[in-house]
Amino acid sequence: MNAATDFGAAGADLELRGIRKEFPGFTAIEELDLVIPAGSFFALLGPSGCGKTTTLRLVAGLEQPSAGQVLIGGKDVTSLAPHKRPVNTVFQSYALFPHMTVIENVAFGLKRRKVADATAKAHEALRLVELDHVADRRPTQLSGGQQQRVALARAVVNRPALLLLDEPLGALDLKLRRQMQVELKSIQSEVGLTFLHVTHDQEEAMTMADTVAVMNKGRIEQLGSPQELYERPRTGFVATFLGQSNLVPGTVESEANGMLTVRTAGGVVLVPVDRSVVRSGRITVGVRPEKLMLHAAEPARDGDHNVLGPGRITDVSFTGVSTQYLVEIPGVGTISVFSQNLVYGAVFSEGDEVWIAGQREHTFGLEADARDAVADPDLAPDPVTAGEAA
Amino acid sequence: MTTIEASTATAPFARPNPVRPKIGLGRWLLPTYVTIAFVLLLIPIVYTFVFSFNAANRSNISWNGFTFDNWLNVCSQADVCVAFGNSLIVGGVSTVLATALGTAIAIALVRYRFRARSAISVLLFLPMATPEVVIGAGLAAQFLTAGISKGLGTIIIAHTMFCLSFVVVTVRARVLSLDPALEEAGRDLYGSPTQVFWRITFPLLLPGIIAAALLSFSLSFDDFIITYFTSGTVQTFPVYVYVAAQRGIPPQANVIASAVFLIAIAAVLVFQVVAAARARRRRA
Amino acid sequence: MALTALAPAGAGSSGAAPERRRGGLIALALLTPGLAYLALFFLVPFISLLMTSFGINVPDQYGVFDYGFRWENYVDVIAAYWPQFLRSFWFALLATVFALLIGYPIAYYIGVRIRERTLLRNLLLVLVIAPFFISFLLRTLAWKQILSDEGPVVSVLHFIGLMGPQDHITGTAFSVVFGLTYNFIPFMTLPLFATLDRLDKRLLEAGSDLYASPRQTFFRITLPLSLPGIVSGTLLTFIPATGDYVNASQSFLGSSSTAMIGNVIQSKFLITVNYPQAAALSILLMAVIVVIVSVYVRRSGTDDLL
Repeated sequence: MNAATDFGAAGADLELRGIRKEFPGFTAIEELDLVIPAGSFFALLGPSGCGKTTTLRLVAGLEQPSAGQVLIGGKDVTSLAPHKRPVNTVFQSYALFPHMTVIENVAFGLKRRKVADATAKAHEALRLVELDHVADRRPTQLSGGQQQRVALARAVVNRPALLLLDEPLGALDLKLRRQMQVELKSIQSEVGLTFLHVTHDQEEAMTMADTVAVMNKGRIEQLGSPQELYERPRTGFVATFLGQSNLVPGTVESEANGMLTVRTAGGVVLVPVDRSVVRSGRITVGVRPEKLMLHAAEPARDGDHNVLGPGRITDVSFTGVSTQYLVEIPGVGTISVFSQNLVYGAVFSEGDEVWIAGQREHTFGLEADARDAVADPDLAPDPVTAGEAA
Repeated sequence: MTTIEASTATAPFARPNPVRPKIGLGRWLLPTYVTIAFVLLLIPIVYTFVFSFNAANRSNISWNGFTFDNWLNVCSQADVCVAFGNSLIVGGVSTVLATALGTAIAIALVRYRFRARSAISVLLFLPMATPEVVIGAGLAAQFLTAGISKGLGTIIIAHTMFCLSFVVVTVRARVLSLDPALEEAGRDLYGSPTQVFWRITFPLLLPGIIAAALLSFSLSFDDFIITYFTSGTVQTFPVYVYVAAQRGIPPQANVIASAVFLIAIAAVLVFQVVAAARARRRRA
Repeated sequence: MALTALAPAGAGSSGAAPERRRGGLIALALLTPGLAYLALFFLVPFISLLMTSFGINVPDQYGVFDYGFRWENYVDVIAAYWPQFLRSFWFALLATVFALLIGYPIAYYIGVRIRERTLLRNLLLVLVIAPFFISFLLRTLAWKQILSDEGPVVSVLHFIGLMGPQDHITGTAFSVVFGLTYNFIPFMTLPLFATLDRLDKRLLEAGSDLYASPRQTFFRITLPLSLPGIVSGTLLTFIPATGDYVNASQSFLGSSSTAMIGNVIQSKFLITVNYPQAAALSILLMAVIVVIVSVYVRRSGTDDLL
């Protein structure tokens, strides 16, 4: 292995310190501090224009930061050109060299680094992605899925300290995408590389990554495991970019037994203190639609559930897995409820009067202005419900 | 010479083609017109070709009888062959120069930012927009002022100059169509800037560079006006024809012109066949 | 909004805007040789020409002149040759219009009608370019001989009675314009084809869906969308045509009464060797062209020039 580029059998840490990137006319990255531990599958998730691709290019060396440092395995590589960094990229468009065969593509990096037995190693990489039988074809003769796997093999064969993936599954159809997600994950754990995966598809990020960072407007809004981000969002953006959330404004009245008592326009709800970023004053209470249940009659108030109502059902949508209800509660607004279809046929219909109940452990508390920061700015901020990811 | 790409097929649709009039007469009007137009376009070519077989000596105006002699003894009129040779030399040298200089400019224009971009665009555009008499007169004036005597060298200088802009336009189009991600991938895969250029950029640009070279050669070979102003006593093929037109052009000139034509057409057709075969193989 | 999505795309780019690196030494090294060459052999001759145009002919000395500032040269040439100037622009205009009328249907047929029939389309494109491969002089000469008094055309027309025994075709304005038109048809047809080839047929379908007849579809959709091609083709035809002198030359399709400004410049420069006047004429011709081009540039900007 070439000592100068510091390749290891396993991946290395990536650290971004105080990164800032300005382009003429706008700032792509405001301030970025990030540590990605070796051997992990890390996803950078965000809408178009949030700065995630720019971050990737900064790590690859294809762009230079306006300020800050990039460290790989503890070494400062900020001033190094791309061909000197132990990093490889799987490009969104695959960028396979059309004038070379598949095997020449895969062996390209090895040959530049003057690695011995480059072609043999390239064949090995192709076998990993099950494409050794097309080694002598040209990229244009392959299907989209095959091209994507060749691009992956071309990058992985170099055993880089860090593998960057720039929305590599975007051009594939749904079924192929699901398949590739599983394959990528297994290759990563098998080979032990550090993966940095950039995507705008929240489902993809949550399926594949150990750690997810949600980026918005050049900053990381929240970082954590997929579960943590989904169940305990800390900003309105994260709450609405990952899945959907019902957001209700209120005021904290008191705090007792680890619970915040919040008065909303539709009644009193309790929010666990450790699931809230705000402890006093104005607050936005959030709860995911799939955590809510509809009742035809006002349910008994027990110690576990928050209840809102009565309200009227204004829309019923059957989506196969679930039925989505929109409930209009006077004073509060529209609440979205997803009901798993456990029985055949709709349980409730448009116009029915219902009560909504949800477990207190499922509510979370956000900043008072959370609803201004929701994802999909094209939708005028409705009183309560915010849309899905853009 | 243009590089012709295969057209993309459109999906079959059920509704009638709005471009084709349904009325019987209307359908045939356009193809009939096009056929007549093409016949007229090709008449001079056929005429030139036919008269290359004319058993005439100096004046190739009236038909004297069919003969292969002209084709077999092309250089019996030595002037014609000398002129043809000069055209080849001038074409070759100026093509090499114009292609080298022009390719460099085209790459720089697309890949780098710099001030004075507008001014440079205008400077490159002007030679294509200036009437040839003006360019010819200007160069002749300059050679006069500088005291350079006209000859093969001045012709080459002139041809390189006016071919340059055309090379830039052709190569630039090719550079624009090059996915920048490919070069980024090259750098990402440990290619130094030199390696990336020679192993990735250049091979992918080559078709455009070749097209530009062919265009440049064709322009140079067929040029008359500018050459006439800058050639002095040296004759290229077009100059020879012009001068000879006053007293009578020997059929050997027709032979050379027809030969060039046939070679060029054959080359284009071969290129088409090869490209079509490659496209078919790709789709397989 | 869907219509803008269907509109013809720009010149063959992959869609990704090329990210330009900051110009540095490399850009300088790439640009300098070629631009210096152009500056030396295009701009400098221009300046030479300009200086010469103000020169003063030394009397009794053939082809010798002193540099000065005799602006009267310009007055002299305009007074003497304004008919040739006007004739040049008139002939060029006619040739351009005819080339457009003749070439447009050809371009339309190849680029729109038979777009899917690749083999025929490529064959016809080759045939359009084919005249380029025969020396331009020989093709013009061929027409001269075909249209000459001894040729077949005149004989037939005499026979039918459309022409009197004293009339000829060659040596007239008609034959010069004919020659110009013929020689410039490929220059007009190819840019037209390039634009029409990129015309999205779905726009035509949309037109017919909205009750437009084929004729209306052509005039309201196809023609306006092919405007860029029409403009390129027109520029590529008109400008060279104004300066052409081969077609109008006496050895070819012209006569002394059809002299264009190019003929005058050529004879002044190479025959009568009156450099100041030849230069003045060239500058004047160039000035008119520059005006036309700058009108065009003002409308489309310099990015589209190349």
